[in-house]
Amino acid sequence: MMNKLNARNIDTQELFYGHKACGGCGESLALRLALKVLGEEAYIALPAGCMSAVSFIYPNMAFKNNAIITPFASTAAVTTGMQAGLKAKGKKNPLAVGFAGDGGTADIGIQALSGAIDRGEKFIYICTDNEAYMNTGIQKSGLTPYGSHTTTTPVGKKIKGNMHKKKNMFEIVAAHGIEYAATASMGYIEDFLNKVQKAKEHDGPSYIHVLAPCPTGWGHGTELTVEIAKNAVDTGLWVLGEYEDGKFKLNKKPKEFKPIEEYLKPQNRFKHLTNEMLGEITEIRDQYWDYILENWEV
Amino acid sequence: MPKYDFLNGNEAVAYGVKLSRPHVVSAYPITPQTKAVEKIAQFVQDGDLECEYMHVESEHSAMSCAIGSSSVGARTFTATSSQGLLYMLEGLPYASGARLPIVMMNANRSIATPWNIYGDQMDAMFALPTGWIQIFVEDAQEALDMMIQSFKLAEDHEILTPVMVNMDGFVLSHTYEKVQIPEQKDVDDFLPEIVTAPHLMQDENPMSMCISAGNKHNMEFKIKQHKEMEKAFEKFEEIDLEFEKKFGRGYGSAIVGYCHEDAECLLVTAGSVTGTAKNVVDKLRKAGKKVGLLKLRMIRPFPIKLLKELCSNNSTIGVLDKNISFGYEGSLFTNINSALKQNNHIGETYNFIGGIGGRDITPENIEEMFDVLLGNKKAEKISFYNMRCEL
Repeated sequence: MMNKLNARNIDTQELFYGHKACGGCGESLALRLALKVLGEEAYIALPAGCMSAVSFIYPNMAFKNNAIITPFASTAAVTTGMQAGLKAKGKKNPLAVGFAGDGGTADIGIQALSGAIDRGEKFIYICTDNEAYMNTGIQKSGLTPYGSHTTTTPVGKKIKGNMHKKKNMFEIVAAHGIEYAATASMGYIEDFLNKVQKAKEHDGPSYIHVLAPCPTGWGHGTELTVEIAKNAVDTGLWVLGEYEDGKFKLNKKPKEFKPIEEYLKPQNRFKHLTNEMLGEITEIRDQYWDYILENWEV
Repeated sequence: MPKYDFLNGNEAVAYGVKLSRPHVVSAYPITPQTKAVEKIAQFVQDGDLECEYMHVESEHSAMSCAIGSSSVGARTFTATSSQGLLYMLEGLPYASGARLPIVMMNANRSIATPWNIYGDQMDAMFALPTGWIQIFVEDAQEALDMMIQSFKLAEDHEILTPVMVNMDGFVLSHTYEKVQIPEQKDVDDFLPEIVTAPHLMQDENPMSMCISAGNKHNMEFKIKQHKEMEKAFEKFEEIDLEFEKKFGRGYGSAIVGYCHEDAECLLVTAGSVTGTAKNVVDKLRKAGKKVGLLKLRMIRPFPIKLLKELCSNNSTIGVLDKNISFGYEGSLFTNINSALKQNNHIGETYNFIGGIGGRDITPENIEEMFDVLLGNKKAEKISFYNMRCEL
């Protein structure tokens, strides 16, 4: 086990730069920092989406690593294909890593991800979750939270935003009996980096689901990305946990939750929420926390 | 002593793949391809083939895994059929655009609906514009040999194009024939280890792959790919000659003529029906009729010049299609008509459609087609054979 990673000891080499992501982009921050842990030998796969759209524009390539854009549905398939190819060609300790957004993971890519985890060979999959299809213009995905405005769940006269709860991708992945899975937030960067490190050390498939705010899609200031991601955890609306050796573990238990408004209010996508809807969001949160406190290692 | 075995087409393919020593095989089962991937799995489980066998959850992932492994320079094989080919269709231009030398066997089968597991060649037609080299084989021996030849063709650094070998479902995939299995050492000589192409991902010189190219560059990428595909004709012939030298049997060019030189009329066939048609040609030749046959082995890239060399300018040409492009005609017919037009061919052309959904194409049917081509029988431009009712 390596020493804990932090801002002082992390690799200063940049492996992802010169891309065209928006200011304050949480996803590109996650990618950039994760690569510092994964190292330049890692082979990277990303589907069609924001990260590939901003970084593979001929003739300007933003990855120092080997990297490939995959068909949208097949991040995990291409990733494990690279891993198998490298292994069969005799490379020592090959490391293939897939990065995909919420839609690429929980919707169109879920079948390939499930199949890849099932095959049991080592690979790392990092879901950078910004809770909607941002690249195509902020449409609802299976990971859009309750109440959120998106361009396909607009705040209408009759229906106010998204009426569905967010899919629990972390537990869906864990239900495969995966070697290692974790949730993370761009508000707790050291925690994220160390989880990437842990995934790297595991022999089988591992999955990290990181909440990565999108100022453009969420409607908040570009300087607030980290703060908002931190508040998601501090309000209890996003949970930092791990699944390892068949057990769920809670990583961070706030003594008391910050009011949910502190997370929701700076974001335009939630500005229409009524008191009743805020109550429902609180209820969704509390139910999940009751479940966690009863069933997870705390 | 050459080793013979009694194999069906699927098993022959499996032997061809095994002898080619792929690094990675990713495959999802679909009738009538299953016996091929089962046999390869058996080789792996018995320790007779060392490769990463990926049990994928769908054809889409079979092709995507193949894209992943091929893009790091691994020799890669997959196989599918019918609905499976259609499900992986997204990955086909993806792989060819990235110049990935994947080899795939497609056991030709009907397309739903109505559902049907039997052989026609409808599935392959969906893949015509995808940038894959498409080959049809006549029998199990050719299927085995074309596996070995296809890796050599696909992986050649002047070609770097994926190859799809079409083998008729059931008629070939499930029919047993006497097949010669080449010696491993001879195959190793003929097909050395794959050399990673410079544009692929590798440790020493990291690459970005499957990039995006906007409207300033995109068309140049596509047209270059198109132009480079033409190089396959020469390489295809060259590889076959080398194969013949090594193994004592060869298959010829992208189109192979049979009794074509003085023929007044020619029938164009692709796949297993060629064997039946050759028998009919023999019979009619004995009766003094100047008929001939063109066996279409490669339909992408399409051998326009070769077609000109093989048929005289005023010969009547019939095209036997085991597919139909709804609302138009058989797709081989469309392709051949266009090529003939470019070659200033003046003879009549006819389209014979048969074998849909596994319907038999009998020697009598083919005799009737030649009757049309010889002018002894009237027919519409497009006619359908062995129909069980009037339409």
